[in-house]
Amino acid sequence: MILHELARRMDLERLVDSQDATHEIETGYVGDLLSHVLASAKSNSLWITIQRHENVVAVAQVAGLGCIVFAEGMRPEAPVIERARNAGIALYVSPASAFELAGRLHKLLHTEAP
Amino acid sequence: MQGSAYAREEALCIEFDVRAGDVEHGGMASSQIKAALKQFGLSEPVARRAGIIAFEGEMNLIVYSDSGGTIRVCVDSEYIEITVQDFGPGIEDVDLALTPGYSTAPAWATDLGFGAGMGLHNMEKNADRFEIHSRLDEGTTISCWVKRRTDDSS
Ligand SMILES: Nc1ncnc2c1ncn2[C@@H]1O[C@H](COP(=O)(O)OP(=O)(O)OP(=O)(O)O)[C@@H](O)[C@H]1O
Ligand SMILES: [Mg+2]
Repeated sequence: MILHELARRMDLERLVDSQDATHEIETGYVGDLLSHVLASAKSNSLWITIQRHENVVAVAQVAGLGCIVFAEGMRPEAPVIERARNAGIALYVSPASAFELAGRLHKLLHTEAP
Repeated sequence: MQGSAYAREEALCIEFDVRAGDVEHGGMASSQIKAALKQFGLSEPVARRAGIIAFEGEMNLIVYSDSGGTIRVCVDSEYIEITVQDFGPGIEDVDLALTPGYSTAPAWATDLGFGAGMGLHNMEKNADRFEIHSRLDEGTTISCWVKRRTDDSS
């Protein structure tokens, strides 16, 4: 599903837009341990985390994850937003828990016909 | 962060200095390494594997090295070679360090999501060839080779 539509239907607040208006999300990954994310998250995932420091942008970049969603209102600070903008990584935030966000994502990707 | 590029025999190399404790710039070198490899024409899956190796090596330099270290990436006709080197403290038991889940990460690092004890394992898993040499008080050198062409170019 196109990221913009997913974000709208998941009720996410946008912090950094994707550079690609047709940015496709194929699946999702939830995790806060960075090496586990690198080991297990598939490319083109929507990554849901409560980590909000600079290193998450680098993790998303090397792992080919084009979008990070900060759960539980974990709003990153300006340098992180700046780094994501430069790296072309989309950022969103939501007050919902990772469990709740993953549930919404899963429902949209896997139970609704396109 | 600025990497320095140079030619070595038949290979093209780029080298980054990484400072101990500099978590604020963590991942800067590896992001640039992945971008450079893609610009060089390597595929996303291959650049991704090299990028993950570089990231895990970079973060270990930041978290564990006494005085920082270097990441050198060289590309020849067949392989990407990633070498991560520091000059201490060294690893007492390399087999134990390679075991998934083993970690001595300090609290400030685990607070940031490091310390799963998966970094060296990720490096080994993403490399076609992996070598680690470490001596207490002398330092650690890790070399990884990633084939430029993969059979499953997915
Ligand atoms: N360059 C190094 N110098 C000294 N010790 C190291 C070095 N790299 C790794 N180690 C030791 O090996 C352990 C395992 O490293 P590894 O990268 O696999 O996991 P981690 O850094 O603890 O956690 P993660 O990488 O999953 O965030 C470390 O906790 C540390 O004790
Ligand atoms: Mg590590």
